[in-house]
Amino acid sequence: MEGVISILLQAGLTLAAGVVLAGGICYLFRHGTSHPDYRVFRGEPTDLRSVAGILHGVAALRCRDLIQLGLVLLIATPVARVAFSVFAFAMERDRTYVVITLVVLAILLYSLAGGLSGGLR
Amino acid sequence: MNTSEFTGFIYLISTVAGFLGALTGLGGGVVITPALILLLGVDIRYAIGATLVSVIATSSGAAAAYVREGFSNIRIGMFLEIATTLGAVLGASVASKTPTSVLAVIFGFVLLYSAYQSTRPHPELPSESRSDRLATLLKMDSSYPTPQGPESYHVRRVRTGFSLMFGAGMLSGLLGIGSGALKVIAMDQVMRIPFKVSTTTSNFMIGVTAAASAGVYLRRGYIDPGLAMPVMLGVITGSIIGARHLPEAKTHVLRLIFGLVVAALAIEMIYSGFTGKI
Repeated sequence: MEGVISILLQAGLTLAAGVVLAGGICYLFRHGTSHPDYRVFRGEPTDLRSVAGILHGVAALRCRDLIQLGLVLLIATPVARVAFSVFAFAMERDRTYVVITLVVLAILLYSLAGGLSGGLR
Repeated sequence: MNTSEFTGFIYLISTVAGFLGALTGLGGGVVITPALILLLGVDIRYAIGATLVSVIATSSGAAAAYVREGFSNIRIGMFLEIATTLGAVLGASVASKTPTSVLAVIFGFVLLYSAYQSTRPHPELPSESRSDRLATLLKMDSSYPTPQGPESYHVRRVRTGFSLMFGAGMLSGLLGIGSGALKVIAMDQVMRIPFKVSTTTSNFMIGVTAAASAGVYLRRGYIDPGLAMPVMLGVITGSIIGARHLPEAKTHVLRLIFGLVVAALAIEMIYSGFTGKI
């Protein structure tokens, strides 16, 4: 179980960093000479707030959406670790921990599912 | 500054922060948020969003190594994650309703406390001879590798630890930090888990805790790709370099210097919060 979790975390991190880097290079090529302004909080446009919106943006070859996709993969990495743990505890026939892990997974999915529905307040 | 220079500058700061974070065990996030706010004038909400993402990156990287080496206790981590994720979702929801100046002041005090914790020596507490009933029921007892071979340990006061973890999760969600310092205290001081197991299990839990609030932050539009990109990549670069230099580093001196930097940033954050500049 430890071995798989370790590989899972490493792979997720590497994949996420690769996508963010690719998006970052593309972003700097296109917007490198513009002037950023983060002084005033406006919030991101809705396409960058949900997985559906981000995928849509990536399909339209938008660099910022590609970075955001990498960040979503990064967020998904620990979630995948928890999901795998449910399976691993089930293999060990450890019912208590299957239930505990499912509770954690449910909380995570509850939080992330809101992200799927877009600019919900 | 144009976007390229701005990105490069943030990448550099984050690399240094990730490097020092890995060497001192404080994590890089604690200095990046105040650095973005105080040096670059970034709005606290964007800064929190970008840092939160980098926290997941450092946690996943470090946890991958520690889990393999057998230090982290997956069962303890899993059980306590119920508390930290619940706290994180709540904290992230409260964050949007909290005035930014209040966030800045809370952030400052948490920073001060982390700085104090990191410069303090950590004497290993005597291990407990038996576990409490809940710990036994949850099969938390385990062992960890030491130079003298595997060392077994028992776990106490699971309920108190669980409640503290809820608080740690709330702070994590509210401020976009890993709140590793508080997690370690709950496990090491309260539950009497050996320090090395506490720190590595805390690291293991931080990613899941941060992921719980990241969903809320993404939905609220706090996570800006242009800002999070150099922060994440910088922190990863820094922690890789840091992990390579850990064996020969004079961590005692580094902890002290880093602790002082964090304390200075903390005071500046508190001051800016009170005077309404943030």
